Amino acid sequence: MAFYVVQFLTGLASAASLFLVASGLSIIFGVTRIVNFAHGAFYMIGAYIAFTLTERFSGAFGFWGGVLVAALAVALIGVLVEMVLLRRIYHAPELFQLLGTFGLTLMVEDLVVLIWGPDDLVGRRAPGFKGAVDFFGQNIPSYDLFLIALGPVVLGILWLLFQRTRWGVLVRAATQDRDMVAALGVNQKWLFTSVFAVGVFLAALGGALQIPRDAVHHAMDLRIIVEVFVVVVIGGLGSIIGAFVAAVLVSELNAFGILIFPKISIILVFLVMAVVLIVRPWGLFGKPEAPARKTPGLTVNPWRPLTSNERLAALAALVIAATLPLFAGNYALTVGSEIAIFVIFAVSLHFLMSVGGLASFGHAAYFGLGAYGVAFLAKMAGLPMIVCLLLGPLLGCMGAAVFGFFAVQLSGVYFAMLTLAFAQIVWSIAFQWVSVTGGDNGILSIWPEKWAASPSHFYWLALGVAALVTIALRIAVFSPFGYALRATRDSVLRSEAVGINAKRIQWTAFVIAGTTAGIGGALFAYLKGSVFPDNLGISLSVDALVMVLLGGVETVSGGVIGAIVYKALNIWLVSQTDLSKLVLGGFIVLIVVVFPKGIVGMLELLAQRRRKSSPPGSSLLAKPIESTE
Amino acid sequence: MSAAPPLLAVEGLTKSYGGIHAVRGVSFSLRAGEILALIGPNGAGKSTCFDMLNGQNKPDTGHVRLLGEETTGKRPRDIWRMGVGRTFQITATFATMTVRENVQVALISHGKQLFNLWGSAPNVDRGEAGRLLELVGMSGYADRPCGELAYGDLKRLELAVALANQPKLLLMDEPTAGMAPRERVELMRLTAQIAREKSIGVLFTEHDMDVVFEHADRIIVLNRGTLIAEGSPAEVRGNPQVQAIYLGEGLLYEAGHREGASI
Amino acid sequence: MRAKNYFVGAAFALLASGMAHSALAQDIKIGEINSYSLLPAFTEPYRKGWQLAVEEINAAGGINGKKLVVISKDDGGKPADAQTAANELVSSEGVAMLTGTFLSNIGLAVSDFANQKKVFFLAAEPLTDAVTWAKGNKYTFRLRPSNYMQAAMLVEAASKLPAKRWATIAPNYEYGQSAVAVFKKLMSEKRPDIQWVDEQWPPQGKIDAGPVVQAVAQANPEAILNVTFGPDLVKLVREGNTRGLFKGREVVSFLTGEPEYLDPLKEETPEGWIVTGYPWYSIKTPEHDAFLKAYQTKYNDYPRLGSIVGYQTIKAAAAILAKAGSTDTDKMIAAAEGLSMPSPFGEITFRKIDHQSTLGAFVGKTAQKDGKGVMVDFSYKKGSDYLPGDAEVEKLRPKD
Repeated sequence: MAFYVVQFLTGLASAASLFLVASGLSIIFGVTRIVNFAHGAFYMIGAYIAFTLTERFSGAFGFWGGVLVAALAVALIGVLVEMVLLRRIYHAPELFQLLGTFGLTLMVEDLVVLIWGPDDLVGRRAPGFKGAVDFFGQNIPSYDLFLIALGPVVLGILWLLFQRTRWGVLVRAATQDRDMVAALGVNQKWLFTSVFAVGVFLAALGGALQIPRDAVHHAMDLRIIVEVFVVVVIGGLGSIIGAFVAAVLVSELNAFGILIFPKISIILVFLVMAVVLIVRPWGLFGKPEAPARKTPGLTVNPWRPLTSNERLAALAALVIAATLPLFAGNYALTVGSEIAIFVIFAVSLHFLMSVGGLASFGHAAYFGLGAYGVAFLAKMAGLPMIVCLLLGPLLGCMGAAVFGFFAVQLSGVYFAMLTLAFAQIVWSIAFQWVSVTGGDNGILSIWPEKWAASPSHFYWLALGVAALVTIALRIAVFSPFGYALRATRDSVLRSEAVGINAKRIQWTAFVIAGTTAGIGGALFAYLKGSVFPDNLGISLSVDALVMVLLGGVETVSGGVIGAIVYKALNIWLVSQTDLSKLVLGGFIVLIVVVFPKGIVGMLELLAQRRRKSSPPGSSLLAKPIESTE
Repeated sequence: MSAAPPLLAVEGLTKSYGGIHAVRGVSFSLRAGEILALIGPNGAGKSTCFDMLNGQNKPDTGHVRLLGEETTGKRPRDIWRMGVGRTFQITATFATMTVRENVQVALISHGKQLFNLWGSAPNVDRGEAGRLLELVGMSGYADRPCGELAYGDLKRLELAVALANQPKLLLMDEPTAGMAPRERVELMRLTAQIAREKSIGVLFTEHDMDVVFEHADRIIVLNRGTLIAEGSPAEVRGNPQVQAIYLGEGLLYEAGHREGASI
Repeated sequence: MRAKNYFVGAAFALLASGMAHSALAQDIKIGEINSYSLLPAFTEPYRKGWQLAVEEINAAGGINGKKLVVISKDDGGKPADAQTAANELVSSEGVAMLTGTFLSNIGLAVSDFANQKKVFFLAAEPLTDAVTWAKGNKYTFRLRPSNYMQAAMLVEAASKLPAKRWATIAPNYEYGQSAVAVFKKLMSEKRPDIQWVDEQWPPQGKIDAGPVVQAVAQANPEAILNVTFGPDLVKLVREGNTRGLFKGREVVSFLTGEPEYLDPLKEETPEGWIVTGYPWYSIKTPEHDAFLKAYQTKYNDYPRLGSIVGYQTIKAAAAILAKAGSTDTDKMIAAAEGLSMPSPFGEITFRKIDHQSTLGAFVGKTAQKDGKGVMVDFSYKKGSDYLPGDAEVEKLRPKD
């Protein structure tokens, strides 16, 4: 019995750490609607700075003071980030802020290694909480008891802050209805800045308090960020109590789950999230999101098919790309093939995101399933390459059909998180089911047959498929189905009122996007000659998001450019420097600030402005507004 | 008493939330080509009643029949397929699409082309979309993104969209809310004209009594979830119970005569 | 679409510009790939090690008179990126051979690439047995003692312990799984009386140490096998110390004696764990002394195990190239098979039968000295003594 009590308390201690970080994320999201990918980075910097301070200043005062000062210092960094970076992009399309904070995270991961060195740092234990308390023969660390107490205390302080101060009232109001707060004449800028600072403070405090338990290292951020997102979503976005309950739920399920299934930890949080979201689409304590009003400042740019001139130009570009094997070497061709494959991947997500308004955070699942489909067919059934390429993507199609069915019942961030959960579940199956998938050692030796083996042939194959896929999806955008899909994106209410079964349209789009991603994955398996769980992983899903956002989510085919730029740059930087994350992150942040509509979106805007300004008096009414590349 | 069922027959519609009756035993009917106004003070149950007609909300008891066919409990999209067009109190349009595309979406849906992945949507029913836009006087705006439209234009666009499936019945929730007085008159005149020409039944809720008394053929009055009066504008105007309600709100019923006044 | 061409062009122009290196045509180029950005704690000392080797080789006249150049690439910890890097090294840089890699799955990906493209690959650090056995191929050699070898070394010591009730804690991925599997198999062969009372599989890098420690303690084992390392190990040790998990229990632990993992523990270092590792501070052999002196002189820092691996990888590559007298792949394979050479740990040989080197490891006990973790009572275990018999190896390895 004593054991179960201690195990429960241990779970509570884990929950407290998780809650601190999660509450900050929840507050930030609730008010600013920013998906703050950098939250884990702030957590990590908090731990690093606290390490330095607590090593530098001795004694109890040095420790606790160090922890607090570290959290405050990071909050200050947060304020700086908010004012310099985020303020510029609040009006950008939804999720664009994700791109900015993602860039920051990349930079921070390299920066901490530059500043604090590559070694794991182990800080000292908390003065007064070094030992353990005996509980009927079981030991429980006194620091755990401290954390267990801290969780509710922070919850209480936040509650008071929100219920008893004017600031808190504003924050709550903003969480429910941003527009209303703006209408009340509140200085929204400073409200956002202060909220961001509080959220970052909590993240950094969470990180700093890990010093007595954990090692401080440069991958701490990734370890926590996804988990924290999951906790926030399970609890219900913007709900502090929800975050608390979810943190306890997840930690306790883990603490007791490992007694029965020792391998459960790897997937537990995602299973919980998937179940919660299917049963309660807005999380445990969340409320249905009010139908999203259009972001202010969103310029509407109607889409139209390419004119015949533009078609010729696109064809010319394709022809020029096809001449690459005439002058480039094998390496360049292989890189070209990889970029072409990522174009397929990016346009598939782009179709879902920009046409369907459904931002999947787990799109790599279908890419990877296509790759595994090929691996199974080629290695187990021994089928010829062309058959594998045709049938492999069907695994992506089936995965998308099953998961998509559940995912499209939700929308917005909840949709995103459910897709993430599904992707993680697929990933963990690939990772764990060693006898079939080879686990993390993957499936090897899936090399192309002779007709496609030479780099130039494979390049043509990849380029050809990429071109076909891009064209097919463009045709779909301007097909009746594409119109219906855009209709469901713009207004589900109106769609249903004109006889459109919105969920079924979105489900179909999801399956199309999943299958297309699977095609990319199938080619990727042959390009690399192997398949690994990585191919289904979060970082690949994030790559896809970044490519789409970089290209411009409001465009028809921005994903093409986003993929080319991001992938080419990424490959080049990884090849050239060990600090590729720092440079790439910096580049992304720069793009975010300079091109808040993505590269293609910005080019369109410039072209549009030029046209508008040149013939004086040409009114909007006179002719269709030009748009899209 | 004719043998053919009325266009819309509502019988004993009841809905309650947590013991509070929002709508209680409401019954009325509507003929083809008739314009029927549903009025009542705030909280009278108009919206609840309306939502039960268009499928947004399910009644606890009661029936709604369209030409004798049950629509109770059906989803909005199925009711639309039965020939019911609707407009919203707060306009709902496809903001990033052009005016013409908005109409085309409805036409595509009506033509059951929703899952056509190959066709060229810009050319689907382009002519028909043009005719509908012309009908509501929006031809000049066909290529404008509808996110840029003025509110009154959006209302007219919604009317065009609502007409796309050649409806037998139009449900309009406060069709003139938020519009300038001149626009209100124009829109309702247009609606009435189309209704008469195409023999479409129109049911609308409205706060503006000018609009109601000028354009409705018949009026039904809800108060606290029950139907308290029904009849021609003159009859309803003379109904003491109705007068009491509106006077009770401190509003002069006769205000209905003055230009632009609303209750 | 219009801009597509421009971007492709720009990308390739950038790629091309990045390819300029100081290598001359007559230099011998070796390609090297590792997870520099993902695992800097392990790859930084590794890089220092191979840089020292390159310097020494060229100072001594290069390889048969030609200068040795190592072109190094980061794989970011991703197998797919490692393949891109391998491709660049082979196709663009024209390297004579590939070396490096740390993670097992990356080692396997590059090994498979080498097999496909018929390129010589000397795997430096990946531990999985598959590299030389189940997925072994003609083109791939490995330096570091494999999972099996380290398990066998630990079993030798562990089987002498009186403990009968054992629990295992290992990261939930292939390395952890196969380490536990081999350890259990070899251990059960020597000690049929052993019971396995609990196993914990925390996700790699994400251990929730409190509940794990508590769960293991509840099973009340007499001994524990640990396979976690890095930050996971730190958390496990801290929780274990506080909760008294290790009190009165034997612990056998993979890799924990390597400075990379032992040093961060400082005053938390547990006493008396049986570990594999690298006690650089106490090894007294002429070969090691020479290496240590050179390393400390050049870097003013002490070596980690990665330094040894990096150093010896390039030394081995040079020895193979020198003996082959050519950069022809088949000649290098012929030269490498059965080749013996000196190393800071004494002479090692690349076995013909499975291309595994006989580099060994130190097995000893952990202790604390002046607030730092050290290995004591250690001895060097030659790799050749801990490999299965030839007949068994032949069964494990596919025919070339």
